[in-house]
Amino acid sequence: MKNSYTVALAGNPNTGKSTLFNALTGLKQHTGNWAGKTVSLAEGKVEHKGKTVRIIDLPGTYSLFSNSTDEEVARNYIVFEKPDVTLVVLDATSLERNFNLALQVLEMTTNVIICINLIDEADKQGISINEKALTRKLGVPVIKISARNKTGFTLLLDTIDRIHTGKIVCTPEIIFYDEEIERKIRQIEPLVREYLEDSISSRWVALRLLDGDDSLFQQMEKRLLVKGG
Amino acid sequence: MDEAKVIKLYDAKIGSFIRITSIDLEGVMRRRLLDLGFVRGAVVEVIRRSPLGDPMAFRVSQTTIALRKEESQRIEGELV
Ligand SMILES: Nc1nc2c(ncn2[C@@H]2O[C@H](COP(=O)(O)OP(=O)(O)OP(=O)(O)O)[C@@H](O)[C@H]2O)c(=O)[nH]1
Ligand SMILES: [Mg+2]
Repeated sequence: MKNSYTVALAGNPNTGKSTLFNALTGLKQHTGNWAGKTVSLAEGKVEHKGKTVRIIDLPGTYSLFSNSTDEEVARNYIVFEKPDVTLVVLDATSLERNFNLALQVLEMTTNVIICINLIDEADKQGISINEKALTRKLGVPVIKISARNKTGFTLLLDTIDRIHTGKIVCTPEIIFYDEEIERKIRQIEPLVREYLEDSISSRWVALRLLDGDDSLFQQMEKRLLVKGG
Repeated sequence: MDEAKVIKLYDAKIGSFIRITSIDLEGVMRRRLLDLGFVRGAVVEVIRRSPLGDPMAFRVSQTTIALRKEESQRIEGELV
């Protein structure tokens, strides 16, 4: 087991990723509404349980299907740089909107924590969230925090560590599509796996192929040594 | 029960609520709208129309989003 590992922060714009990043690393990434939002990757470190945790603050996006540079940066990081753990930061007061991105991340990669932030604000608004039920449903840890008030950090860091050491095994719930799409996935996925082995989720790549995601395939050509390609 | 009336978002009145039934768009534009919350079953409120009628503002899953005519003409739903 490595003595240092990487955690990426993904999420919609304005969900408190940089606030969490700053609180964990002691750095000063710009935070706030709109002005100065994160557009590129910021990196910081935190020591936990005798290990160095590298934390990467990704730009906030509503999607990871690469309709913009921000989305491409975030997607490429998660898929090709493969952080040991991807933390999806959600705004507790706007879960319906936020889960779009969370579900996309759960399709892309396995080691995911759903981090429900602004829990202080949700409490104020009388919103209560059953994180245990969500954990059961999603197959990955769901943790409530307030990045501003620094609550929930101990559980969050411990959970990150337990995923890294293999004490927690994430099993993201698979999203099934209609029969036509599933049939095509069954045809494409074995071929994808032959080329990529287990470097990237073959089901996800098959879905992106079906969607005609050119920008992803350009990246794959650039970055991966494709067998026989 | 009467069948609910299906209209285009573009033709909807200010203040009305519409449950989306279809999105007749493809590719990146479709994906973009889905990501913004314009998914089948979602209830959208018509907030305002700019003086020339285009763009129009809608409220969907707690966010206000402006759509151009090319988009709002291709999304249909029933009045709720
Ligand atoms: N009440 C409350 N506000 C928070 C919390 N975390 C962050 N905020 C506020 O939410 C706003 C956005 O925070 P940022 O950290 O800049 O959000 P971000 O996710 O980095 O935004 P982008 O870089 O645009 O994606 C700021 O005004 C923060 O002070 C929290 O736990 N509770
Ligand atoms: Mg930020």
